[in-house]
Amino acid sequence: MGGIIVVAEHRRGELNPASLETITAARRLKQGKEQPIAVLLMAKDPDQYVAQLKIDGVDEVIKAVIPTEHFQADIYAATLQALMRERKPSVVLIPHSVDAWGYAPAVAALENCGCATDVFDFKYEGDELIAIRGGYAEKVYVEVDFPGKETVLLTVRGNTFEPAEGQGDPQVSSFEAPETKARTEHTGYIEPDSAGDVDIAQAEYMLSIGRGIGDEENVEQFQELADLVGFTLGCSRPIADNGWLPKSRQVGQSGKTVGSCKVYVAMGISGSVQHMAGMKHVSNIIAVNTDREASIFNIARYGVVADVFAIADELKNHFQ
Amino acid sequence: MKILVAVKQVATLDEDFEIRDDGKGVDPDYIDFEINEWDDYSYEEALRLMEESDGDVEVVPVTVGPAEADDVLRRCLAKGGERGIRIWDDAMEGSDPVAIARVLAKVVERENADMVFAGTLASDHSYSQTGVSVAATLGWPHVAVVNKLEYKPGDRTARVHRELESGLEEELNVECPAVLTIQLGINAPRYASLRGIKQAKNKAIEVLAHTDLGLSDDQVGEAGSLFRIRRMRIPEKGQAEFIEGTPAEQAAKLAEIINELRGA
Repeated sequence: MGGIIVVAEHRRGELNPASLETITAARRLKQGKEQPIAVLLMAKDPDQYVAQLKIDGVDEVIKAVIPTEHFQADIYAATLQALMRERKPSVVLIPHSVDAWGYAPAVAALENCGCATDVFDFKYEGDELIAIRGGYAEKVYVEVDFPGKETVLLTVRGNTFEPAEGQGDPQVSSFEAPETKARTEHTGYIEPDSAGDVDIAQAEYMLSIGRGIGDEENVEQFQELADLVGFTLGCSRPIADNGWLPKSRQVGQSGKTVGSCKVYVAMGISGSVQHMAGMKHVSNIIAVNTDREASIFNIARYGVVADVFAIADELKNHFQ
Repeated sequence: MKILVAVKQVATLDEDFEIRDDGKGVDPDYIDFEINEWDDYSYEEALRLMEESDGDVEVVPVTVGPAEADDVLRRCLAKGGERGIRIWDDAMEGSDPVAIARVLAKVVERENADMVFAGTLASDHSYSQTGVSVAATLGWPHVAVVNKLEYKPGDRTARVHRELESGLEEELNVECPAVLTIQLGINAPRYASLRGIKQAKNKAIEVLAHTDLGLSDDQVGEAGSLFRIRRMRIPEKGQAEFIEGTPAEQAAKLAEIINELRGA
């Protein structure tokens, strides 16, 4: 048996691009090992996604028809578990996504397989698989292993591996999903409330504020600064959670990815993994923070260790 | 009606921390502790349900950790609730989220709880596994990343919003009892009053060992875990070019860089 199973994800008729990143992770994991890569596709109508998964390096696309077109944790878990029991894979790779949070831990706990989440790298030492993840807000890297486990399930951090490309010709097969009682019922989606606001995903120049600005009354001066400089104001999660700026301004995993951004000025943002997921790709990141150890400086091109208010005040003088 | 809230004391690191000699952890001299931010929100959500009820809802914070972790329970109890539960013994050292979940699931059964809340993740290691693993162990329904909850204690379903990506949310009904993992921003956690903090000192904390819950040695610690920490290392620092000087000098240089990058 053996082999690698990748779980592809989709939402509202679109393949989650993280599925392709996870295929890249599988291809890298495969290097030097003879193990086929099979992609599991759980959907009401899997055929609509198959063409996109015919990628170089993928040996098989496994279609599992399930009764819902929406993610459902019980069905996803039961279907993946059934496939794992049949195939006995050596590794299962799942995008570390919101959906994965909802079922991957259940699969691992019930199958008692090796498991590590939010993994951004891995390697073999001999035959032993070692996964690498962050710890203590990314201040350390932690190598974990899985003694005695024949199957290891890893969830793979997004925006870490390039999306897989290149046409392939995998075998397409079907897998019968077990009949499973769904204990949640999907009743709808709620669109983000961004009516009338700018789309930060389109912004080329951004100034983002975080917890370091301290108080709601301080938001205004950063808005003024952003306006003076001609940058779009964005924020990290705490600012949006507090309602100081609309959710549509939030950069990060649960907010937006600033795909068009060329220059990103982060003020008072220490750099959580979730925030960095939305902006670490920007080639010119300038970070201003009081804490020299803040993880934002690990991805920044320029760093300023200083009081954000002092810098903001001084900066205004240069853009009058 | 009883809501169990799983809370965690998380470690934060001092500047210039060092890795332990065995390479498997951080030297404890450099570790500070605080409550996991997510747990403030899940505890608040439980207190909200308690306060909106007719007095028939009990909220119990539960944590897995050594004696110092009592702090996190007292911090919760300062805001509401009458008693907490802490589970620890030496055999539990090295437990991963699934081993922790196995312990928590036993507590849920022992307490005959009707709902379980947990943080979506914890800020120290971001495993985002524990809550859903508790549900799997119990065989309970679960929803992860809940950012809105409508639930009348005793109802057979709860209505929740699940936070997806890019600001999108999903609306769903979940059968109860259930485990919900709570996301930041679902509410505005209160601060404890001085009076509350004082009262919390005298509230009961029950301390249990894994054996009190009918678990064997190989179900906890490294033996009961799905991974083992092999080594920790400090990543190489990024290549940020630091701009030094007074704030005026730093800002002048910054303005220059901004104009240059934009002009290019």
